[in-house]
This record gives sequence, structure tokens and C-alpha cells, in this order.
Amino acid sequence: MDISIRIGGAAGQGIQTISSIIAKTFVRHGFYVFVNQDFASRIRGGHNFDQVRISNTPVQAVADQVHLLIALDEETIRQDIDCLSENGVLLFDGESTDMTSDDPRYLSVPLARIAAEAGKSKIMINAVATGATTALLDFKLQPVLDGMQEQFQSRGAETVAKNQKCATAGYGFVRENRPKASVFSVPSANMSRQKMLLTGSQAMALGAMASGLKFYSGYPMSPATTIMEFVSTQAHKYNIVLEQAEDEIAAINMVIGANFAGARAMTATSGGGFCLMVEALSLAGMTETPAVIVVAQRPGPSTGLPTRTEQSDLNFVIHAGHGEFPRAILAPGHPAQAIRLMSQAFNLADRYQTPVIVLGDQHFNDAYFTVDELDLGGITIDRGHILSDADLPSPQEYKRYVSSESGVSPRILPGQTKAVLYADSDEHTEEGHITESASVRNQMMRKRMRKFEGIGQEIGPPEIYPAGQAELVLLGWGSTYGVLKETVDILNQKGQTAQMIHYSELFPFNPQHIDIAALKKASICAVENNYAGQFADLFSQSTSLPVNHRILKYDGRPFSPGEIIDRISGNI
Amino acid sequence: MVTLEDFHSNDPVAWCPGCGNFSILKALKQALVDVQQEPHELVIVSGIGQAPKTPHYLRCNCFNGLHGRTLPVATGIKLANHQLTVLAEGGDGDGYGEGGNHFLHAMRRNINLTYLVHDNQVYGLTKGQTSPTSDYGFVTNTTPRGAISPACNPLLIAIASDCSFVARGFAGEVDHLAGLISAGIQHKGFAFIDILQPCVSFNRVNTFKWYADRVYQIEDESTYEASDRLNAFQKALEWGDKIPIGIIYRNQRPTLEEQIPAIADQPLVAQETEPENFVEMLEIFK
Repeated sequence: MDISIRIGGAAGQGIQTISSIIAKTFVRHGFYVFVNQDFASRIRGGHNFDQVRISNTPVQAVADQVHLLIALDEETIRQDIDCLSENGVLLFDGESTDMTSDDPRYLSVPLARIAAEAGKSKIMINAVATGATTALLDFKLQPVLDGMQEQFQSRGAETVAKNQKCATAGYGFVRENRPKASVFSVPSANMSRQKMLLTGSQAMALGAMASGLKFYSGYPMSPATTIMEFVSTQAHKYNIVLEQAEDEIAAINMVIGANFAGARAMTATSGGGFCLMVEALSLAGMTETPAVIVVAQRPGPSTGLPTRTEQSDLNFVIHAGHGEFPRAILAPGHPAQAIRLMSQAFNLADRYQTPVIVLGDQHFNDAYFTVDELDLGGITIDRGHILSDADLPSPQEYKRYVSSESGVSPRILPGQTKAVLYADSDEHTEEGHITESASVRNQMMRKRMRKFEGIGQEIGPPEIYPAGQAELVLLGWGSTYGVLKETVDILNQKGQTAQMIHYSELFPFNPQHIDIAALKKASICAVENNYAGQFADLFSQSTSLPVNHRILKYDGRPFSPGEIIDRISGNI
Repeated sequence: MVTLEDFHSNDPVAWCPGCGNFSILKALKQALVDVQQEPHELVIVSGIGQAPKTPHYLRCNCFNGLHGRTLPVATGIKLANHQLTVLAEGGDGDGYGEGGNHFLHAMRRNINLTYLVHDNQVYGLTKGQTSPTSDYGFVTNTTPRGAISPACNPLLIAIASDCSFVARGFAGEVDHLAGLISAGIQHKGFAFIDILQPCVSFNRVNTFKWYADRVYQIEDESTYEASDRLNAFQKALEWGDKIPIGIIYRNQRPTLEEQIPAIADQPLVAQETEPENFVEMLEIFK
């Protein structure tokens, strides 16, 4: 079973209410659900949709076709009818539109009339549509009504009751007017509440908090804002301080200040906000202050497509900052990876006293993933080398930037010892005082850059799926994890030998993790959401392997497996 | 017992001989002794300019960061460990030019910091360009025919932002300045002190004598009431023949830190995280 439902309409019509109640209902019954959010940069109007995919096996990508198209407005019919499968159903409100069709897939449900009758409000068409969709899936209604109770209880019993009445009426209408069982019925299942449904942003925030995040500062910017919002819902309970900054410059400087004082701190933004942070990125590099920065990418340049997805800031984050300093760049592709990599980001930042950037993107950050388990017990917190009074020969003898083989100088935290420390953005002596000395400059540059070697050795391998050798290798990173995995599954079922090599620990790139000799025999095809194939270049430069083909997409929308396969057959 | 000797630093001073910064450093050290501040529990955050070199010249924890970005770094430090005494120190270009936005929001937050601005009405580190506080008509390398924008008035901006402690000092009156800095450190909330500082190399107009001839201590006016905001606006408008120094405005409103329950018991740096405690958060997603 693998059913996709697209709920389309104008912003403000309550699309997300429908998708979240449906998604949660099926996850609680043991199904795997993946929800992709596609919306325009506006609060009201425009064309927007959520696509909910329900399956009995793990799914982490957008399907090519939808089986149920729930059109809350006419625009959805016009724009999205082409993605409806041959035997799919278009649910629309024939009474509210002039649209007629003899297409057997069209099912008119008087959403507005039912909403007015059952809920005394025309705006409750989303509740009617939720019930109607449940009936089309041939699934029981009660858990959906329970989901509404949960969703609306903060708005009062009357709102809950009205929504439930609308859903019941919508459910009843479809049952009566489309008596034959839907071809897309979801098998009955018992409530289990074992699986979890969460977004990439929530996974990143959870991973950060469980890794000891104590201070968050940020400035709202899509698609990173949801990280700050989720942290803010938990901040009271877990004693986290969250300060919304006046701009991204302040946000990262506050994060640097908090890390300097000894609290684990992070910020999150998108490309434009990260542009403003770059001066301070270099400050963290020079002062050797830990900092974790999430960059949730969206299409640029400039404001670009503010609510859509792209993977075009890889080169930017690798090269961002004036001068040369070490850094690490990570990019999760699914929630469990996000939790592990946020933990790793904080540990690397503390241990190497340098900035670590975690890349997300709108597709990853906004999409809902279903997971069977999330391992928080596996998180270890390593604060790196921090000295206490007992470690110091005398309070006067501490040197913040003392030379060492690894390049890492042990820290003290202000106020935690009798010693004091000087941190400086100017080139500095071992004591941290400003210097113009050529020899000290050379010594300090080498010390800082030596940390790169240590970080490089800690960069983990890509995920190779399936193991072994293949004729065709699909090379990707970050948010394309789910779609690449599904694509190689389809290709392998068709008899081709295909393999995914997915990188989530990107930089400094470690070429030792792959079998270069074996890969020389394969055809390597990079799949990326950008114009240039930025990772393909990094991979090729670092491994000397040719990337034979590049499937690139920069229209702001995520890949589907069918699209990749079509382009492989066209390309290869 | 904290003495001046506790603040001794071996770092050689890189200011011009006769610079107003020497007097400010002297007043700062005196104030730190007066409030019995332990050096290891003090952090001085500075930006870039001549003034931001100050923390190197005394024994303290120092974060010498970016031009204009002192206040956000200081805010992060204070929120991470509010038991520290945190001072932010910079110049007029640093604080009112590059860092103007942070200045507004630090005052609005009322975080418990003391902010010293060495205001010499000119850019010194970059060798003589106009500054946000340069007087109208002031001739510099970038305004050879005189500045055509009037000076900003940082005291007015601060009072308008309801900054909870607004003062002006003069580098030429060290004891008075030390008193202002002590009061600022002891004030609960954001304490802002604009310090008139002669620049011997690049400001031949606003010289030591120019300031000395004009400044007067408002404490001498026994009727001056610093809690009266309208009065404070009037006082802050005085500039020219007579320039007031002293605490121009103060109020008592809650600080940022005392409104955050997460740090009511202990500072963030003292709180350990147990990853297993977050397992219960997973229920949200089920």
C-alpha cells in the first residue's frame, strides 16, 4: 500500500490542519507517513499544497502521482490535475465552482454547504474535507475526530464540536454518494502510538537540546524559524534561554558570547541571514570559540524563492568568512541523522573550538518524517578540554592560545577559575594579546589550521546503499537521502544495478571512506538541488573521480523518484 | 581586598601619548577597586577601535571581538553566566555607527551590563574620519569641507529608549568618572556611560581645554532629579557652551535576566544536560 493525498488551496484555508490530522491518525495506526509542504510566500491566497504519503513500508520522499486530490479551490484543479493518477479521485466542491467534467475521477462534495450547515461557518470546509478524505480512504472516522479534539481543544469545546460535526458530515456524504469502496482503502489497523512523526526542524531542535543546548539566539527567517519556534516551546521545561535577536549579526555574536562563557549555544538561519553572520563566523574561527550554526537553505540568489527548497549554499558555507580557519559542515537527510549530527556538531565545535555548520533546506526542515525510534541515549556530550583551578600551576600562568600538537589549546571559562583569559579577534600571542609579530602570526595560523586535520579524521563515512558494487552510482547529500534511496530501490527492482552514496558529513571531505578503485568502474551520477552540482565538484576534486552525469534541479521543488529515473533514461 | 595592583597587566599600551584613554583606564581601574570587583569574575567585551584595546591593559577576562558587535557578545556572556560582571567598551564609531542597532536593543532589553563609550567625536584607529558624534561642520579626511550631517545625540537616544541608567563623563575628571563607572556597575540593568575623550592626534577642535571649559557636574545642581524623564531630555539637549556630566537619567525596571526562570536558580553554565531526560519529549511526536 502506498497512497498519496494532495490537499491544495489558498493560504489560510487550513490545508495544514487537514494534513496534520490525517498524518497523525495514520502514524498512530502504525503506518509510515511522509508529508511534503509546498507553499507560496504569503499568508492568504496563492496556490499551496501539502502532500501526504501513507505506506506500510518506510517512505521519505515525494511520490510522483497522487491518488486523492483534495481541491479546496479551483486553482488546485487547474494546477494539479495532471499529477492525479488514472484511477485517482479529485474531491472538489462543484457547488462553489463553475467547473464541470465528465471525467469519472471527479467527485463533487459540497464542502461549503456542508460546512455552513454542520459548522455554521463556510470557512470550516477543511474540517468537512478531512472527514471526506477519511471516507475516501475507507478508514474509520473516530481517530480523526479524536485528532480534532487534540488539535482544537485549546480553542474551546465549541470549536472542537463544530469541527467534529463538519468532519462527520463530510464523511457521511462521501459514504452515501460514493458507496463502492474506494480503490485506495487503507487496511484497518489498531492504534499503536509507537511511531513518531516529526519535521526535519523538530529533529534538529531535539538533537540540539538533548546535546546540551542552553542558549539559542536567532532572527526569524524561513525555513529556519521552525527550529527556534520548537526550541521556544520546550525552553521553560528544559531551562534553555532563547533570545530573539535584533538581526542575524546580533544572533551569532550572542551565540559566540554564550559559548565563550561556557554554555552550549546555537543559531539557525537561511542563506540571506547567514550572509550577515559571516563576519562573526570568522570571529569564532579567530577567537577559537565554539559555535553551531544551522543554515536551512532556500533558493537564492538574494530573496529568491523564500518558501521553497534548494541545496545551493554548500560552496558558500565551505568558503564563508574572511581569512582561513577550520570548520566542519554536516547535512542530515533524515531525522535520526539530524539528531546524531547535531550532537556531533556540538562535540566538534567544543573539542576543536571552532564553528560547525549544519545544512538543512526547506524540503528537509518542513517535511514530516515517520520514524520507528530515535536514539537519544546514544548521545554523548563532550565539552572538549576545559581546565579547572586544579589544572593550573598558578592563576597567573594560564595562556588561552598555548601552542599544541593538535592545535587545540585548553580553555578556561570566565569566572570558573581564579585565572583570567584574553580572547582576541586581532592576531594574538599565546596570552591572547594583540601582536604584529610575523613569527607569532605564522605559529598561530599553523596552530589553528592544524585543527582541520583532527576534524577531518572525525568526519564519518557516507551511507552506501545497497552495499557492494553497482553499475550506476547516484551521488547525493543532505535532504535527497529519501528520494535517492527510493530511486535505487526502483532501479534495482527493474534489473539495473544502482547504488546510492549519500554524504551527510561533507567537509572537510574525507576521501578515505570510499573504494575509489571500485568506483572508477561505475557511472557516477550526481543528483542535487542546485544549478552547478556543487557537491559533485567537491567530490570530484577530492577523489579525482569523474562525475559522469549531473541531474540538477533549481526550480525550488524537491525531486521525486520518477523524475530522477526519467532524467537518468534521458541522460544515460 | 581588591587593590589596584590586582588589575595590573603586562601588555604594553599602544595609545598615543596624552590620549584621553589613559584617564579613562585610570578611572575604570579605580571604579573596579571601589566596587571590590574580583578580576576573574569580570569580563570586558570590546569591539575594534582605540577604546576597545582597553581590556588588554588591565587584568580581567577579555573578549576583544568585532567592530560594533560588543553588545551582542556581552549579552550572550551575561545570559550564559549572569553571576559575572560584564562590561562592554568601545568608541563612538563602534557603538553609534557600526553597532547602532545593537545599542538600541540592548537598552530595550535592560540586560545588566555596563557600557562605556569613549566618545572622541572622531575615528582614531583609521586616522581621522568623521564620526556619528562629530559636530556639524567638523573637518576630517572624509569631510574636507566640513561635516554636513549633524552629530547624533547618544544621550537623547538612550533616554528615548528608556535606558535604565544614562550618564556622561569626561576623561579629564577622573574621580567623577570613576564614580559614574562604579554607579553603573552597581546599577541593576543596562548602564550606559558616554565618556567625552579628547583625541590628541585627530581632533584639534574638541580638545582637552575645549571640554574642560564647558563641562559641569550636574550633581552640583541640588535640584536635579535623574528619575524625571522629561527633565533628562532637557538636560541631554544641552551642548555647546555648557555640557552637563553626571547621571542624566535612571529608572528601576526589571532586568532581562531576572525575568528568565531558566536562570533563577543557577546560571546556564552550571547546568548539566542529561540526554536521557529528553526521551519524554518524544511523546510529543507520537
